[in-house]
Amino acid sequence: MSKSNNPLPNKERIKLPRQKMPEQLAQIRAHNFEEVNVGFTAEHARQESLRCIECGKPGCMEKCPVSVDVRAVMDFIVKGDYMGAAAKVREDNALPAITGRVCPVEDQCESGCVLGKKGEAVGIAYLERFVADWERESGQFGLPKQATPSGKKVAIVGSGPAGLACAGDLIQMGHQVHVFEALHELGGVLVYGIPEFRLPKDIVAHEVEALRRQGVVFETNVVVGKTVTIDELFQEEGYNAAFVATGAGLPRFLKVPGEHLNGIYSANEFLTRVNLMRAYRFPEFDEPLYPCTDRDVVVIGGGNTAMDAVRSSLRLGAKSASILYRRTEAEMPARVEEVHHAKDEGIRFEMLVNPVEFLGDEKGNLTAVRCTRMELGEPDDSGRRSPVTIKGSEFDTPCSVAIIAAGTTANPLIQSSTPGLQVTKRGYIAANDDTLATSKTGVFAGGDIVTGGATVILAMGAGRKAAKSINEYLKSLDGAAVETEKALAN
Amino acid sequence: MFPIVATRQVARGIKLFEIKAPRIAKKQRPGQFVIIRLDDTGERVPLTLADANPEAGTITIVVQGIGKTTMLLNMLEVGDSILDIVGPLGKPSEIENFGTAVVVSGSVGTAMAYPTARELKRAGNKVISIVGARSKDLLVLEDEVREVSDETYVLTDDGSAGEQGLVTKKLQELVDAGLVNYVLAVGPVPMMRACAKVTEPQKIKTMVSLNSIMVDGTGMCGGCRVLVNNSSQFACVDGPEFDASQVNFDVLTQRNNMYREQEKQSIEQLLAQAEVAVAKQRANIHKHECAALTAGVAHE
Repeated sequence: MSKSNNPLPNKERIKLPRQKMPEQLAQIRAHNFEEVNVGFTAEHARQESLRCIECGKPGCMEKCPVSVDVRAVMDFIVKGDYMGAAAKVREDNALPAITGRVCPVEDQCESGCVLGKKGEAVGIAYLERFVADWERESGQFGLPKQATPSGKKVAIVGSGPAGLACAGDLIQMGHQVHVFEALHELGGVLVYGIPEFRLPKDIVAHEVEALRRQGVVFETNVVVGKTVTIDELFQEEGYNAAFVATGAGLPRFLKVPGEHLNGIYSANEFLTRVNLMRAYRFPEFDEPLYPCTDRDVVVIGGGNTAMDAVRSSLRLGAKSASILYRRTEAEMPARVEEVHHAKDEGIRFEMLVNPVEFLGDEKGNLTAVRCTRMELGEPDDSGRRSPVTIKGSEFDTPCSVAIIAAGTTANPLIQSSTPGLQVTKRGYIAANDDTLATSKTGVFAGGDIVTGGATVILAMGAGRKAAKSINEYLKSLDGAAVETEKALAN
Repeated sequence: MFPIVATRQVARGIKLFEIKAPRIAKKQRPGQFVIIRLDDTGERVPLTLADANPEAGTITIVVQGIGKTTMLLNMLEVGDSILDIVGPLGKPSEIENFGTAVVVSGSVGTAMAYPTARELKRAGNKVISIVGARSKDLLVLEDEVREVSDETYVLTDDGSAGEQGLVTKKLQELVDAGLVNYVLAVGPVPMMRACAKVTEPQKIKTMVSLNSIMVDGTGMCGGCRVLVNNSSQFACVDGPEFDASQVNFDVLTQRNNMYREQEKQSIEQLLAQAEVAVAKQRANIHKHECAALTAGVAHE
């Protein structure tokens, strides 16, 4: 590594306090869809980047699913070369403005930061966001270099984080990349799932534009498996490889009585209406939403999706917005920052409760959810202590809207339309852990369609891994062609 | 973008569109549907495919203007485009040789039932079509249906075309005569429910095409869930056709009413905009009239 631009000796650096992320006041932001975190100023960024002690074996990079060279990025920031920092990040991370906002950093890069062992880790995500925002606001793109064209065509199915990350790497490697998206807007879960106040849509659009400028072609309104099959892409449209990154699938319902009442949503539907379809701006936008204003809303679940749904309902004017979770806060899979933000905004957290029935009026509209109280028993397969019903603890919570965020199951669309593609017991696509190759030659798969519901950055990690394998696979095709030619010549 | 290449008014408030959508045209099977979004602020609306021409790369939809989006869509003409169309979605109709297949349809449902009737005929069935509507001016594609059916019966509520009465009257006659092996019913929920009742005593296989509210159409949101045989099914991927004897029509009706208030508001807004346009046109005429008066010339 070249000489550091950081003027401070390490003992000075570790004395610097971690910079706080400026945020909208809780009582104001609870009523709007604008971003909660406001972002670092250049001064914040400089102060924070100066804290990095540039470890010989950087734990941050090791803990990053896409292996961003954090140390090098910090040095660009210290130098004040933000465009250089952006280009450096983009070498490993096609979506820095997004990961800088939504990564569970406490489990990833920042958990690997040596400063975190005694004090507070460097705010890596905040800096990544700063760099990406600076690039976007400058109106320029810090784009990485590209290899010479390979003449090979890759189809990517799904424009979510896995698909975009894969596209970003493959285009750098010199391949033609065509991304198919089932919905009308690009970004997958980044646009239908994650709300505007956590990830503004124009940021996703900008990251997509960066890929487009590098040569990635996007086609919306194509449901692979219905509009066109994987086999047709290979046989009729001349693709040499495909990466299936269709994301999480069908929403899981609770299978309790009353689940068809009006006012009960899957988190997927509620968030899709609010985010993708902008139902929070009805009637300016046409898509309707069952009214939340001045009504009681409950969200069932404890993950990031549940937090997104409950905080959205609050912004839609809910009288009360509550999380109902069957374990305790310690077991909640949501990011720490989201839970903290939600509490500040006035979200109620009801722990150790489990819905057993939904109650409605004569028109079929939801009026209450019947729950039982739970206690924690023995650890289950996931290692978490499993909740056990306390007998005779039933109680009713009045509500007009209930949103079920209890996870998803595999969407069988691609699997059922692609002969020769093996699936797991739970219906996800079976892919090799190291290469993400499927049972079908030339077809790779990654992200939630392989792992089940996970995070944006893990999906991006899978996208990168797939890009590497696809690149090797495409090279092997050339090798095979040379072998065949040799054989023919002999 | 998906350009409209031909239109035809097929009944009062019901319009047929041929739209360039080569990928969908190539894959369409009878019984499947598309989801459209007119523009950037539009909602996603499912519409059953009435036909497709793979060579020309066009699909056909027949649209009744009942909500804001369908009313707006029906104002579009050749040369206009639709921003988003995705499909073909859902499972195709089950096509096999059942023997005698009766295809019952109400109003705009006839356009959706038509391609399935044609396929049933091709598969060797004797196809009997029962076409219903409130009145003559709401009958659609009657000629097309006649062409692919061995027998066609037309019924209207007011007797302005064909026999007076409900489609179930004719269906009951056929069932009583012991002529029916299979029934497909496509139309308003009460009509489909009534058909299911007619065929239930003799356990005649009866399929209905459910018009649930949908968003993505790929199984991702679960908004279109219906109760079939007491379990939750997604109309978009498990349907849209289901065994009528297993469908809970009460839940379907209740869920289809979920956004009634908002739908009303959207239509009122659209009509208010139309009123503004009319007022603007009148003001403009008035301006011309005043100018003519001032100039002292007669204006035609």
